[in-house]
Amino acid sequence: MSSALLLVVLLPAIGALINGTRAFLAPHTPKNKTTTNFFALATTALSALIATWIVIQSAGSPWQHVYFQWIPTGLGHAGALLANFTVDFALRIDHLSSTMLMIVTWVGFLIHVYATGYMSHEKGYTRFFTYLNLFMFMMLLLVLGANYIVMFVGWEGVGLCSYLLIGFYYDKNFAADAGKKAFITNRIGDFGFILGIFLIFNTFGSADYTRVFALASAGGHAQYGAIATAICLLLFVGACGKSAQVPLYVWLPDAMAGPTPVSALIHAATMVTAGVYMVVRSNVLFRLAPDAMLVVAIIGAVTAIFAASIGLAQNDIKKVLAYSTVSQLGYMFLGAGVGAFTAAIFHVMTHAFFKACLFLGAGSVIHGCGGEQDMRKMGGLRKYMPRTHWTMLVATIAIAGIPPLAGFFSKDEILANAFPHHKFIWLLGVVTAGMTAFYMFRLYFMTFHGTYRGAQVEGIETSEPEHGGHHLIPDQRHLDQGDEHIDKAHGHHVHSHEPHESPFSMTGVLAVLAVLAVLGGLIGLPAALGGAHPTWFQQWLAPVLLPIGGEHFEFHEAALSTEYILMLVSVAVAVLGIFLAWRFYKRDPLWSTLKRLAATFAPIHRALESKYYVDELYNATVIRGTVLLALGLWWFDTWVVDGIVNGVRHLTVFFLGHGSNLFDKYVVDGAVNGVATTARGGSMMFRRVQSGLVQNYALIMGGGIVLIAVVYLFMKP
Amino acid sequence: MPILSTLIWAPVAAAIVLAFFPNRAQTAIKGWGLFVSTAVFIISLGLLRGWDDGRAGFQFTEDKPWIADWGIHYSLGIDGISVWLVLLTTLLTPIIFLAGWNAIHKHPKEYVIAFLIMETAMIGAFVAIDLILFYIFFELMLLPMYLVIGVWGGARRIYAAIKFFLFTIAGSLLMLLAIIYLGFVAYHQLGEPSFNILDLYGTQLTPRVQALLFFAFSLAFAIKVPLFPLHTWLPDAHVEAPTGGSIILAGVMLKMGTYGFLRFVLPFFPQSSERWATLLITLSVIGIIYGALVAWVQPDMKKLVAYSSVSHLGFCVLGIFAMTQTSIEGSILQMVNHGLSTGALFLLVGVIYERRHTRLLADYGGIGKTMPVYATFFIIAVLSSVGLPGLNGFVGEFLILAGTFKTHPTAAIIAATGVILAAIYLLWLVQKVFFGPITNEENRHIPDIAWNEIAAMIPLVVLMVWIGVHPTTFLRKMEPSVQHLMTQIGAEPGGKMMVAQGGSQAHRRIGSQDRPTTVCEPMSPCASEPRSGGAQ
Repeated sequence: MSSALLLVVLLPAIGALINGTRAFLAPHTPKNKTTTNFFALATTALSALIATWIVIQSAGSPWQHVYFQWIPTGLGHAGALLANFTVDFALRIDHLSSTMLMIVTWVGFLIHVYATGYMSHEKGYTRFFTYLNLFMFMMLLLVLGANYIVMFVGWEGVGLCSYLLIGFYYDKNFAADAGKKAFITNRIGDFGFILGIFLIFNTFGSADYTRVFALASAGGHAQYGAIATAICLLLFVGACGKSAQVPLYVWLPDAMAGPTPVSALIHAATMVTAGVYMVVRSNVLFRLAPDAMLVVAIIGAVTAIFAASIGLAQNDIKKVLAYSTVSQLGYMFLGAGVGAFTAAIFHVMTHAFFKACLFLGAGSVIHGCGGEQDMRKMGGLRKYMPRTHWTMLVATIAIAGIPPLAGFFSKDEILANAFPHHKFIWLLGVVTAGMTAFYMFRLYFMTFHGTYRGAQVEGIETSEPEHGGHHLIPDQRHLDQGDEHIDKAHGHHVHSHEPHESPFSMTGVLAVLAVLAVLGGLIGLPAALGGAHPTWFQQWLAPVLLPIGGEHFEFHEAALSTEYILMLVSVAVAVLGIFLAWRFYKRDPLWSTLKRLAATFAPIHRALESKYYVDELYNATVIRGTVLLALGLWWFDTWVVDGIVNGVRHLTVFFLGHGSNLFDKYVVDGAVNGVATTARGGSMMFRRVQSGLVQNYALIMGGGIVLIAVVYLFMKP
Repeated sequence: MPILSTLIWAPVAAAIVLAFFPNRAQTAIKGWGLFVSTAVFIISLGLLRGWDDGRAGFQFTEDKPWIADWGIHYSLGIDGISVWLVLLTTLLTPIIFLAGWNAIHKHPKEYVIAFLIMETAMIGAFVAIDLILFYIFFELMLLPMYLVIGVWGGARRIYAAIKFFLFTIAGSLLMLLAIIYLGFVAYHQLGEPSFNILDLYGTQLTPRVQALLFFAFSLAFAIKVPLFPLHTWLPDAHVEAPTGGSIILAGVMLKMGTYGFLRFVLPFFPQSSERWATLLITLSVIGIIYGALVAWVQPDMKKLVAYSSVSHLGFCVLGIFAMTQTSIEGSILQMVNHGLSTGALFLLVGVIYERRHTRLLADYGGIGKTMPVYATFFIIAVLSSVGLPGLNGFVGEFLILAGTFKTHPTAAIIAATGVILAAIYLLWLVQKVFFGPITNEENRHIPDIAWNEIAAMIPLVVLMVWIGVHPTTFLRKMEPSVQHLMTQIGAEPGGKMMVAQGGSQAHRRIGSQDRPTTVCEPMSPCASEPRSGGAQ
């Protein structure tokens, strides 16, 4: 079975290699799409099928396999324990990695299918699928790796693919900028991650999960408490980068510059959840470090509400979904931080279903509207795109947290765990739930209800007429706060015709994901609603949450009655959010109430719409500061460090010029001659160089040898 | 003829033959250079075939008395520390001939001769185990490089060549004095004159003398590396040097410095090395950050890559003076990695310079569209340089940082930010050159990378992936020698660190008292031991 698992990982890589070679060998000729599809999809599908077989076969019994020694050093030395610094290339199947494996392969496969429709007009079609397959390979390494180093390889690898795919339209500056921003922000996180790995190595002498967790749980809080806190905080820095948490979340909204299937696969369903996976994977360490857990919970809660509030006022359909993703990821960390590790992974799963569905639905909308992403220029689309409409409605209800759809169960489990732990964190979660319901239904009503606004040539006013320059002028695409539109380069540019429904390859995938968004939550059906106790999903993941010696972290569980009340509260809040969205955007088709509100609370509205000016803040402080430092150092290098060098040279020339020793005549003259000839150049140089310094050099060497001789004669006893 | 001698003397012999070629026979001249250097590379692969994996000391040794009265021998040998550097040298030489096939129009014969002599000198310096012999090869390298910069260089080539020359010679003259002094000490302690490094490893020095000699050697090597603040000759030399010169300079010559630290400074002066490690670590960490930041704001592509070398070589020195088995192995691997990735970057900058005659970032933009194959190679080289897992740079940096983290955690943490900065300046470079719309009409029709340039790039890319995926091939061979070095300098292979043994944490500091000493008393029996495996 171990070779089958290797095959699961390698198949997408093979697909990437074949398509990549095809793209590389003939970069300017269009490739046969069917061939590309075959290599990209067949490998992904086969990988998913084999993965399923492996998961079924090995259910209940975790195993791992070492394929080869990757980085061995200090072998054969019997002395120090830590000298055996070896890193194995090993993969692992257990309950956690199986869960992630299923999400990654199947959602990945669905999105591949979708992309064949969505990307069909693209010139870089084969290049796109090369990157997408490469991503699958790296993501599989990330979730299947049996130690932190293999995870890190996948971790950086998915970062690379994210960089390449965000910058897929690399001839557009905004796409190239966004790709670079994503990679560098992730690197800042990875800096913490790698230091965390070093600390793990130093503490436990290994980075292998089994060994680290066994040692950690044996040692318990008394022995490893302090060091575990440091490790966990460092690991969490990495998670903040990859999973777009405050303060490193800024790259994810910009990442929407990539094609929409990429946003769905990488920036919603899989890669960005890697941070959550990593924290849950390290749950043994985190449970030894309650302080670190609290940090995780707080950062998660803050990110959740912060991003949700920004999402309230965005007009770009993908930006709304991007902030929603940041917010939902915050939810997952909130869950992990209060000890609800299972709930966090549960939410990773349900989120993968409904958010992939939403993103792909948004892609379908964009596709149908000729590349338009501004929701103010959509509207009434349910008439034109019924299949997209229904599937998106289902996913919207799911994310809003209405029972019995998937989002309700996972979100509720997180909140139910948060409540007995920290009331305030719970409150933040509930408020976020309300906001989520509001902005998602706002998106739904703005896009699918009312009348289609895209056909109007005359400018319609934006929601805040007081802002100059926001009028829509014919032939000029709307620019929002300077960040040019996302995915603009996508195929069709003119909306000469009415919106149209997307092909079956796209809507079919939407339907599958919508079904999953409805049913996916049932595996986590809580006992309060007639499920098992603990829930089936909790039972499944229980072996990953090993019991540890001297457990220091307290799991809290709410009483059954409290649980009902909590459910009621979160549903009520969601309904309130939906009602408000309906009131502002559906019942009031001219959005007049909203405009009045926006005008009344103009500063708040502007802050939200400008994303709290965080990008501007970073630019003015960190980025500008580093640039100035670099320029200062360059100046220092040119005028001080090199200035001293040149000064010494001039002084030497001057000083020795008046002396009368041999060196002076040859070395310095040679140098002066050399400098003097700089002005002339040409082939004369060869001769001059030869007759100038080279002889001096020989002389120096000769002098050296004489020196040796003298010393020897002198010293000889 | 023994293999090491063949490797050393074949290039120079070929250069002598080449002198008789008619000047007009350009293709024959270049072809001869390519043929000979490729043949040397193939011969050098024989080193791996006959390699004894388990052996820590020198292999393929040769020893003939040269100036017997002074104990100067023609002694050659190769071990796990030098073998990959020799192979890197023999690999890069044909690559520069291949890549520069159409680039050199001025004095092609002299150009090829210069590089062949350089190859002789570089291989000689890596395999010499007699200090005087090493010194001769070490200095012999300067000459052809000086000419390459001065003759085939850019506008300010004379300034750059002289700066390069004076800088290096200033350091190495001091080293020469130190070498002579060491020989003198050896004579007193061993009873017979010797410059063989195995004999010299066994000499005992007073702390004061050790410190003085340590600084004399270190200065020479620090200039060569170059270590901050002795680096300013490097950007000038790189910018003015022709592409081939830059590749050899960055790929091999800078490693003379790091190699010198490993081969001479650490084992000759272990106490001083330990005492001053903090200084060298500080300078390398400064170099890492400083080089990276200054690279970021360079308007000239070549200068950017040159400053990135300062940053990358800082990692190598850091790994050496962290003095753990892991970090030193990482350091040696990183020397090779830097030769591959920076060599590739210089090669690629040269490719585009040939076509557009400018290296200013501002003149480019959007050429990913016009030169997709070139862009692919460039991005691979950049990713290798950035240290992306799966490619070579990661393994080296990872080992260096992991090893350093044990003995000098603060230095490791600061140095690790260099990895972030590397992403910043290299992705900046990629974006400025390849991405965005084409802003300069002249860039619309640049011909893509040519066959000879592709052929030169392919071995580099293959090795980047190989080292990234299966570094074992390389680490295995260097391991016994590094381990031996660790015992020579009396450090625990794992370094001095916090150890979790039997579930308890203990702080263990290896003081200078309880380290196995490598000292031989004057006239002790170890002086008469055969020259193999060192004096212990």
